[in-house]
Amino acid sequence: MTDTTTRPSVSELTEIAHRLRRRMMRMAADKGEGYIAQGLGIADMLAAVYWSELQFDAERLDDPDRDRFLLSTGHYSIALYAVLAELGVLTDEETATYALNGSDLPMSAFDETPGVEITSGSLGHGLGQGVGMALGLRLKGSPATVYVELSDGELQEGSTWESAMAASSFALDGLWALVDCNGIQADGPMVMDIESVAVKWSAFGWSVEEVNGNDMAEIVAAFAALRDKPGPKAIILRTTPGWGVPTIVARDRAHFVRVHEDEWTKLLAELEENHG
Amino acid sequence: MVELKNRAGGMGEVAEVAGPYEVAPFGTALAELGKTMPHIVGVTADMGRYSDILPFRDAFPDRFFNVGMAEQDAIMVAAGLAKVGHVAFVATYSVFLTRRALDFMAIACAHSKADVKVMGGSPGLVNPYGGTHQALEDLAVMRMIPDVTVIDPCDATELKQVVKAAAETPGTFYIRNIRGKVPVTLDDSYRFEIGKSRVLREGTDVGIVSTGFMTARALEAADRAAEAGVSVGVLHVPTIKPFDTEGLLEFASRYPRLVTAENHLRAGGLGTLVVETLFDAQETRPVIRIGLRDRFHPCGSQDYLDRMFGLDTDSITEALVADRWDH
Repeated sequence: MTDTTTRPSVSELTEIAHRLRRRMMRMAADKGEGYIAQGLGIADMLAAVYWSELQFDAERLDDPDRDRFLLSTGHYSIALYAVLAELGVLTDEETATYALNGSDLPMSAFDETPGVEITSGSLGHGLGQGVGMALGLRLKGSPATVYVELSDGELQEGSTWESAMAASSFALDGLWALVDCNGIQADGPMVMDIESVAVKWSAFGWSVEEVNGNDMAEIVAAFAALRDKPGPKAIILRTTPGWGVPTIVARDRAHFVRVHEDEWTKLLAELEENHG
Repeated sequence: MVELKNRAGGMGEVAEVAGPYEVAPFGTALAELGKTMPHIVGVTADMGRYSDILPFRDAFPDRFFNVGMAEQDAIMVAAGLAKVGHVAFVATYSVFLTRRALDFMAIACAHSKADVKVMGGSPGLVNPYGGTHQALEDLAVMRMIPDVTVIDPCDATELKQVVKAAAETPGTFYIRNIRGKVPVTLDDSYRFEIGKSRVLREGTDVGIVSTGFMTARALEAADRAAEAGVSVGVLHVPTIKPFDTEGLLEFASRYPRLVTAENHLRAGGLGTLVVETLFDAQETRPVIRIGLRDRFHPCGSQDYLDRMFGLDTDSITEALVADRWDH
């Protein structure tokens, strides 16, 4: 997607992130519920990854040399569908079926959906597959890079650390971890302390940057700072669940948002006002 | 009771082999295949030495990855390798894979029909270290995962053919891997085919349906039963899934009584499959299931454990000739 000689500006990327949020809100409104808070939280990171970093052709999804984005948190699928719709991989008719019975866009992502690289949802499955892909691509002499999104809650899964260890041990230049630290998990605020996140990744041999994950300038700068570093690279993104829609941000229980039908209009309006 | 002359079985190989054998048939076969299939890669979790994959590593060091003691990661890494176009063979102990890494085999591999070939080492009662190291339920567990082909080869001849078939056939496989000195039971004319059972001997009185190395013992038991005047047929079923329903029913139709034999729990494996299949087809008849009971097993050499828990040739012979059918 990205022509690296002309990366979009911060304001252009911010605009894209807004369009992603708008798409997510429409999907959640159609379904009446969803993991919208997480989606809104990582919209900025997704805009930066897909429009400024990832090299792939949306019309050639099976290109063996494509860069790959792995969504390890399957329940964030609403955010990935928004990206794929914005890229034209999915249609508006398809995104309107988000998580409905019989839909090809399940609440937790399956790799049968075009543009979705891995089936996730059982957490702690993404990074290890990213390690395997980066190893396999290097073995084939492919220049492709693998970006793995994962969450702070996933840092509680032991498998994540097995994979983090392997990535630096195998000196995988072509692997990035994008760690969404939004501070919430299914049972509420972090029930098991996983700090200090950046120190942990650094101790596992990764080059690390920590940013406000809802500040596009900081995200773009982190990619630039790490791009030429050897070995695996991690960006710790401190995000606010529901970012862009104050009513959702203010919710105590943002892990899974269910909203009454007539409230969505108000929330969509909030998103537009907040952006303006 | 302690046997003072107990000879340990070492690190999960078949302890003592009388008759012809081959050393490390899995790794040797994989190294040979690697010459013509450059996309084959190998993965282990600190069990290279004890899973027989080292011949492949020695031939293709760049295509071999040891992730350390991390079975979950071994399976994820294999899945990732497969998803960028490789065929990934993962080899470590069966018990660590099928207990610890099950979710990863189910979702990262099988759900995506990834080209991951899981080699479960030291399966069943082979391992001398007891319940911590013995994968007695692996066939049951793996056959419950959709889209996994499950194979328990009889001997070195078959294991090599299974490795080739798995490398050439898309999808996720679970293969029981006997390591070290692996007996040669089947002759060169034997041909393995995924999903097909093979009649190795015809008889009239009792039919044995067996899988894995229990087939070698079934053939011996059939000889002994013949001396006692019982005519025994042997059906070898290497592929547990997809199960050869047609082959079983055809074989069973010729025998009034059946014995099943497997190096596995009596529940969930071959014996269960045979009984289910006969019942579903309304072809029920007396069946004795030889296999392991629902318990953790102790440490000990393989011949000791086999004798103690009824997997040896004597136990099969007894089932064939003893008048237990009225019970």
